Amino acid sequence: MRLLIGLLLSFAVAAGLGLGTTWYALTQNLSFGALELGAWKGYPHNGTVGIDPYARAVIARNGELPVGIGDGVVFTAAADDKGRPLDGRCDVTVRGTTPPARYFTLTLYTPSGRLVANSLGRYGFTSQELVRDAAGAFEITVSPRARPGNWLPTGGIESYVLMIRFYDTSLGIATRAGREAPMPAIRLTRTCQ
Amino acid sequence: MIRWSLWILSGLVLGGLVHLATILVLPRTASRDAYARLASLVPVNGFTVLPGPNPEESVLPFMDPAFAVAVCRYDLAKGPVKLTVPVNQAYTSVTFYTRRDIAYYAINDRAAGRRSIELDLMTTKQREALPDDEDVTAADRLIVESPSLTGLIVARALSPEPSLMPAATAALQAAQCKPQ
Repeated sequence: MRLLIGLLLSFAVAAGLGLGTTWYALTQNLSFGALELGAWKGYPHNGTVGIDPYARAVIARNGELPVGIGDGVVFTAAADDKGRPLDGRCDVTVRGTTPPARYFTLTLYTPSGRLVANSLGRYGFTSQELVRDAAGAFEITVSPRARPGNWLPTGGIESYVLMIRFYDTSLGIATRAGREAPMPAIRLTRTCQ
Repeated sequence: MIRWSLWILSGLVLGGLVHLATILVLPRTASRDAYARLASLVPVNGFTVLPGPNPEESVLPFMDPAFAVAVCRYDLAKGPVKLTVPVNQAYTSVTFYTRRDIAYYAINDRAAGRRSIELDLMTTKQREALPDDEDVTAADRLIVESPSLTGLIVARALSPEPSLMPAATAALQAAQCKPQ
């Protein structure tokens, strides 16, 4: 009897721990080898055969196709430079310059990867569409209400992610944080709806 | 007391194994992965232009709305596949995925260096079976080896401004992926 209770206890612990940690890893998008540049996180290995098992499990579950390393490199931000989660009810500025690439696109998604409806039908910018200053830097205002300049509407949703994709770029697996990869700064302002 | 903590300890070790096993097995059992989602939309050995993502609908999550996308679901069982993707003005790329959605090769228009990206896709066995004299001309035909018999070829054409999307889509409509 003791043996049976012991076995059951052991199996319960195993199932709880094993499945719990798997669920946690998949929903929290835990992956190894992140390249962190400010608030931006990239996983260049995900676009190669060297993709780690956690990232494989995540894409198998959400149905995503990773961008191949010969095509481009993707960075995602879900928080600003100080770690505050991006809130679609507040104004967020994305300002600065980007690493060299033939083109880049910056897109706003819901956390599950959908575009956000808005009256302009604007879901992001390509590098060619952005209005820049004389030095080549740009500033995008991500905000629920219309703003002058580069306005990216949030539709007032509670949380979102920004994804920047660099196409035909020298960024890649060998990239280290620093001067070779200047990323735009993200700042959550206090102006909220 | 010691006996109970031993049972719990063995449970923890077993739990670690359960965790690793589920992570490793999940990609093989996923029924809603990208390949499965595209299987119903895309025929075998032919390109189909996907509908662009919009807030209501998106074939796959996190699709880049600035790109026109065409997908070919390849099957090399009957022989190699020949691929031709016309290059559009801005930027065009082709990425190869295994049946399990791993990107094993990607090339862009600049690397291809021509007006169209032309490639032969085959398995390692099929490449070894190529007659020797064809290796001489290997310089002008780019050969990609697929680690799996089936998989996806995804061609992407950038539309730098919304008004250029029809041109990007038109370029991909001419893309071909067919058995030799």
